[in-house]
Amino acid sequence: MADFPAHLRYSVEHEWVDDASPATVGVTSVAADALGDVVYLELPEVGTTIEAGAVVGEIESTKSVSELYSPVSGTVVEVNQSAVDDPALVNSDPFGAGWLFKVDVTGAGDLLTAAEYAAHSG
Amino acid sequence: MTEDQQDRKTALHDEHVALGAALTGFGGWLMPLRYTSDLAEHRAVREAAGLFDLSHMGEIHVVGFQAAAALDHAIVGSATAIGVGRARYSMLCAEDGSVLDDIIVYRLADEHFLVVANAGNAALVARELTERAAGFDAVVDDRSDSTALVAVQGPRAEEIVASLTAPDDVEAVRTMKYYASAPATVAGVDALVARTGYTGEDGFELFVPAERAVELWKALLVAGEPLGLVPAGLSARDSLRLEAGMPLYGHELDTTTTPYEAGLGRVVKLDKVSDDGTPVEFVGRAALASRRGSAPARVLVGLKGEGRRPARAGYDVLVRHPDDSAGVKVGRVTSGAPSPTLGHPIAMAYVTPEVSAEGTRLAVDVRGRAEPFVVVPLPFYSRS
Repeated sequence: MADFPAHLRYSVEHEWVDDASPATVGVTSVAADALGDVVYLELPEVGTTIEAGAVVGEIESTKSVSELYSPVSGTVVEVNQSAVDDPALVNSDPFGAGWLFKVDVTGAGDLLTAAEYAAHSG
Repeated sequence: MTEDQQDRKTALHDEHVALGAALTGFGGWLMPLRYTSDLAEHRAVREAAGLFDLSHMGEIHVVGFQAAAALDHAIVGSATAIGVGRARYSMLCAEDGSVLDDIIVYRLADEHFLVVANAGNAALVARELTERAAGFDAVVDDRSDSTALVAVQGPRAEEIVASLTAPDDVEAVRTMKYYASAPATVAGVDALVARTGYTGEDGFELFVPAERAVELWKALLVAGEPLGLVPAGLSARDSLRLEAGMPLYGHELDTTTTPYEAGLGRVVKLDKVSDDGTPVEFVGRAALASRRGSAPARVLVGLKGEGRRPARAGYDVLVRHPDDSAGVKVGRVTSGAPSPTLGHPIAMAYVTPEVSAEGTRLAVDVRGRAEPFVVVPLPFYSRS
């Protein structure tokens, strides 16, 4: 079973969020591996108000496309332009350089701990 | 799921698992989707070589004094016209002219043909060939279960296969023409070696007894690794064949499609004759003959994406007005992906003839948003 960073919280749709302010959101290694090589990211625009559990973008790989759900509610304050320009970062470093966007958080959805997420995605 | 509904495993299944492959169901088989990265495997085939397990494909032998005549009756192409040691792309059609499967027919000897069918259609093809060969002096023998098929594809394929070929057979392998085959001993295994493939690159397909597949696979991996060969999965196979403009049964071809709509009318030999020059009646001929003269209601085209979002199979193709707004539906995407080699989205689609000319500006409804595409000639990619 994969090891997931303990300081992050996880959604069942395979997004992660940290507890910083603003909070950083990304997708997990489980999602990145399932998608295959990511070739296109569509992220919410800065200033957009997003809701936990709602579709906020899409992640496209060579083989498939999947919707991106936000694990938290709030306002988008930054998107990772490096990942938009080079989506392979999502595969190579999903918990680091492949982060997706930052949010001023007003509320969170039902999130899992690393151990709970590992059990869920095991 | 009950036991008999589970996907079957090829003779190389344990090798795929050991290599860490992600597996997927395809045509009733559990097959490697990718080993590491779709893009890396795709690029390896374009630049060096890829190793594929194609043991899910069907291998159906037709043997006997009237083997050629039986096949001439059963398929839309002419088996009689295939020279010994050569192969042809062909199709098995229904009486109404629709495509039951696209196949490759290898003539191994005067009275011995090998028909390679798609995995999901192999049983149907074997059944149809058996029925259609009744009355001919020919035996149809489905050897799919006992045959493994391994492909080495890419510019380094010849070097890799030749390096493992028995000295007496090396010359035959090196000088083998495209769409030809010959028996050869490779890595100590008696194989039928064919210069065929589904990637748009040079390459070989090796038919071997299933119980010898693992030793051949391992030898090819070891011999090929220094030359850049990697194992490659179905995901790379799909993006490679799409770039090469090759149809995939179930996408560009199915039982609602005739060869003419697919732009493959050249494989239909309406006027084929037997050895003694008499015209051959084949299954589907009447329907296909009546369709040849009339313009098809839809045609298969290549589409190049002008934006970044790829079209996928099943998406609607729309008219694009001069102001870039999208209009009515004029077709449907059959295959689509971001092209790893070309760096932009590519797709194949059936569209109405009025919008099929090269350069026609169209749009594709990509999950609710119209994305700009333009009609381009097929294939998208051909090797230099």
